[in-house]
Amino acid sequence: MYTASDLRKGLRIKIENDPYIVTEFNFVKPGKGQALYRCKLKNMVNGNQFERTFRSVDVFEAADLQEKRMQYLYKEEGKFCFMDNESYEQIFLSEDQVGEAKNFLLDNIEAEILLFEDRPLGISLPNFIDVIVTKADPWAKGDSVSGNTKPVTVQTGYQLQVPPFIEEGEKIRIDTRSGEYLTRVKG
Amino acid sequence: MIEDDSWKLTVRTDALRLRARMIRAIRRFFQDQDFLEIETPLRIPAPAPESHIDAVAAGAWFLHTSPELCMKRLLAAGYSRIFQICKCFRAGERGDRHLPEFTMLEWYRAGADYRTLMDDCEALINTVAREIGLDGVVSWQGRRIGLNAPWERISVRDAFARYATISAAEALRTDRFDEVLACEVEPHLGMEIPVFLYDYPVEQGALARVKEADPGIAERFELYIAGLELANAFSELIDAGEQRRRFEEASRDRQRKGSAVYPMPERFLQALPRMSPSAGIALGVDRLVMLLADKSRIDDVVAFTPESL
Repeated sequence: MYTASDLRKGLRIKIENDPYIVTEFNFVKPGKGQALYRCKLKNMVNGNQFERTFRSVDVFEAADLQEKRMQYLYKEEGKFCFMDNESYEQIFLSEDQVGEAKNFLLDNIEAEILLFEDRPLGISLPNFIDVIVTKADPWAKGDSVSGNTKPVTVQTGYQLQVPPFIEEGEKIRIDTRSGEYLTRVKG
Repeated sequence: MIEDDSWKLTVRTDALRLRARMIRAIRRFFQDQDFLEIETPLRIPAPAPESHIDAVAAGAWFLHTSPELCMKRLLAAGYSRIFQICKCFRAGERGDRHLPEFTMLEWYRAGADYRTLMDDCEALINTVAREIGLDGVVSWQGRRIGLNAPWERISVRDAFARYATISAAEALRTDRFDEVLACEVEPHLGMEIPVFLYDYPVEQGALARVKEADPGIAERFELYIAGLELANAFSELIDAGEQRRRFEEASRDRQRKGSAVYPMPERFLQALPRMSPSAGIALGVDRLVMLLADKSRIDDVVAFTPESL
């Protein structure tokens, strides 16, 4: 069981026999009023979204989902193909089901495929991946304390903000949950 | 793996510099008006019992959720103009605009009511904005907000009538006041010029004086700029019997919800009858920095968040 204070982006809860994922979350508390947990929820089966505001007294059941480790093979006609490395069984996920993870799909990367009654619902990637920066503006030396980040593009085509000292061709580590830069990777 | 996020400290340099300048300007503003700067203990035996504010335990005592009770004991002892900038602690409050440990500015004036504090807010925020090079206008997340006084003043009842789908009275009756305020009213407040939302239903002003002309209304206001709630003010309740009744009601409410029940702040209640009519206000310093530094998240205006420790 979860309580409202457990709510956060990515949490999966069960409402009326369907699994839902919290896609947006904000804690609000007006003045001296009660804490409110504003969520956008997405039905993980049919993709329907709705907004709901919960209170501290609300409780939720966890969504009972299975995860299977699979390898990403290729993308074809908007479908992403994954293979079970033990059974060699292949499945296809839609762009919607892959979601934000499409930004971090390196060739042959291993992902956890989320299943609800044997139907694929989505995927989750390792929390951290290392990628090569393929496009970056050069660094104006001595600008390290300017308080600014700069945009770069990495090998998967994903764009993100990084500290100004990151150069093209370097490897960086990204947190796939937040999509944020973490650190420079040597070698 | 522990992530190395020291780069986040580097990219916050500008905001932290601005923050330091603002705090210097705030201090000067109050010193120039003969306010005495006070420090009160962070660790106290009995925080004010309020329905929706949870204190962090520290041994058998608690970290204060605001310096309010000690500041008012000073008022009762005859200190007529006092201010404090300090850390406050509220359990479970974490979001884009909330930190469980945050910085509060409080100031109190004897012989004044909440209207004087509205004038103070106008003067203070304009002074601080000028000090960091803003001239009468602040831009926040793509909106331009004029800061020249006078600011807009709208009652809670009128604001609900203008922005919400139901009236304030109806929202109270159906226990949806906070929700409607947060989701329907707040996003409209202070989008062109700052706005004082004033005269709250009496059950929403635990430490505020009741309006003479209308016993259902408490003399309380909140200041909003660009939808950001910045400050909460009262004409102070100085009727100790009434204050005790409200604390007891809040304690019963806490008990019903299964929240911790705090000891009654007896020394505060004892001092209250000696307090002359006064007004006091609490302003979130981190939120003011967010506004003037044009940052959307409170994380961006502090050096460390709880998650980065």
